[in-house]
Amino acid sequence: MRITLDLEIKDVPGELIKVLHPISDHGGNIISIVHNRDKSTPRGRVPVKITFEIDRKLFEGVMRDLKDREIDIIRVGEQRLLEKKTVLLIGHIVHTDLTDTIDRIDSTGFAEVVDLQLTMPDLNYPSAALVTVSATGKKELGKALEILKDVGKKKKILVIEPVET
Amino acid sequence: MQRIVLVGCGVVGQGFLEIISRKRNILKRMGLDFRIVGVIDSSGGVIDENGIDPLKILEIKKRGNLPEGIRFEDVINSVDFDIGIEVTPTNPDTGEPGLSYIKAMIERGVDVITSNKGPLIVAYKDLMRLASKNGVQFKFEATVGGAMPVISLVERSLAGNQILSIEGIFNGTSNYILSRMEKELLPYSQVLLEAQELGIAEKDPTFDVEGIDTAGKLVILANAIMGIDAGIKDVEITGITGITTEAMDLAQRNGYAIRLIGEANREGQLKVSPKLIPRFHPLALDGTLNAALIQTDLAGEVFIIGRGAGKIETASAILSDLISIST
Repeated sequence: MRITLDLEIKDVPGELIKVLHPISDHGGNIISIVHNRDKSTPRGRVPVKITFEIDRKLFEGVMRDLKDREIDIIRVGEQRLLEKKTVLLIGHIVHTDLTDTIDRIDSTGFAEVVDLQLTMPDLNYPSAALVTVSATGKKELGKALEILKDVGKKKKILVIEPVET
Repeated sequence: MQRIVLVGCGVVGQGFLEIISRKRNILKRMGLDFRIVGVIDSSGGVIDENGIDPLKILEIKKRGNLPEGIRFEDVINSVDFDIGIEVTPTNPDTGEPGLSYIKAMIERGVDVITSNKGPLIVAYKDLMRLASKNGVQFKFEATVGGAMPVISLVERSLAGNQILSIEGIFNGTSNYILSRMEKELLPYSQVLLEAQELGIAEKDPTFDVEGIDTAGKLVILANAIMGIDAGIKDVEITGITGITTEAMDLAQRNGYAIRLIGEANREGQLKVSPKLIPRFHPLALDGTLNAALIQTDLAGEVFIIGRGAGKIETASAILSDLISIST
């Protein structure tokens, strides 16, 4: 998952590194650091905004370590669904229980179908749907698309993925 | 002086004869002197150690068949030559008869050029080993992407780079059908008929539209430029016959094209399938063109586009291999 922390640190050397250690120690991948020295608070502290990606299970450890180091945490924000991809489905999408197909993605807890456009030609002809799947990370999105392809195979629905680059 | 034997005198073989004659003066200025000493095909052949005029062979073919009686065995056993050009029809299952011809010529110690995918799909590694054991060159630029110089681009111009992945359009017939379906919103069956009438699709289009041709080219690229030891059975293949007009329309209204893409990555995954392609992506091509998007570790992304088939285009790739062997 991707976390954004708003912190305030003392304006003395070595403070920023004190914040970064707990993140890297727990395997977090830092995406961005904004160190706002121009906007110091009335208490003379510097606001810092750090965005990083980390395994959900390991995040608690980061928070514990930050608290142990007496870092002022102003706000913790989680961006949930970060990655998305659009795929095209061709087949008997409605008659093979569309709700079930969507549920298979939504029930994962890490991915959701966030958009769906459906065209239905004459009865008995295959329909087409453009489906956008959103997930908490790249790995999760890959897993969700695997599930969709697997469902597609069982329901004889052709799943057309986007090009990688 | 280099003595050439041409094995196969169909469309590609005749294209080669045409351009070797047309480019005679340019080749001479490059210090190259090619002499054709044998031409054979399934009906017969001509042998002359003093040289055969390519235009004479084209005249004979225009009227009918090459004289009966001369077979490949006669050439391999009795004619002295330096380079064999093998352009017989592709058989993706056995590689024959091209595979046997190529092996015999390599074992005979001559350099070999082919435009035939079959032997490479079936026995890439064996052929490369055999060529290296016999100290001869074996070139096959014409097998992938026709005149689009993808193999020599990687081997020469991108030398030193590691190829991370390659994805591309390697079958002009499928690309023509998909881009026509998209433009006119006509059903697959109707566009296929149109393509057959124009000579873009074969009477039995299975090889092209089911992705087998693309898979074959992908196998050659994976072996030749990515060092992946793979055969056609290692490719996950989905063709284009299931694409409906409604699907095409839906994709188009949302800014996507659908094209048959062959892709190979460093993990050795090989896949041929229709893909959604953003309208302004370089692979959203129309018509019979071929293209490849190559990811490299040093040069980054390299994109190449060209004519994937055609008599003269394919012969151009053969001529380029011939010049490269001889200089």
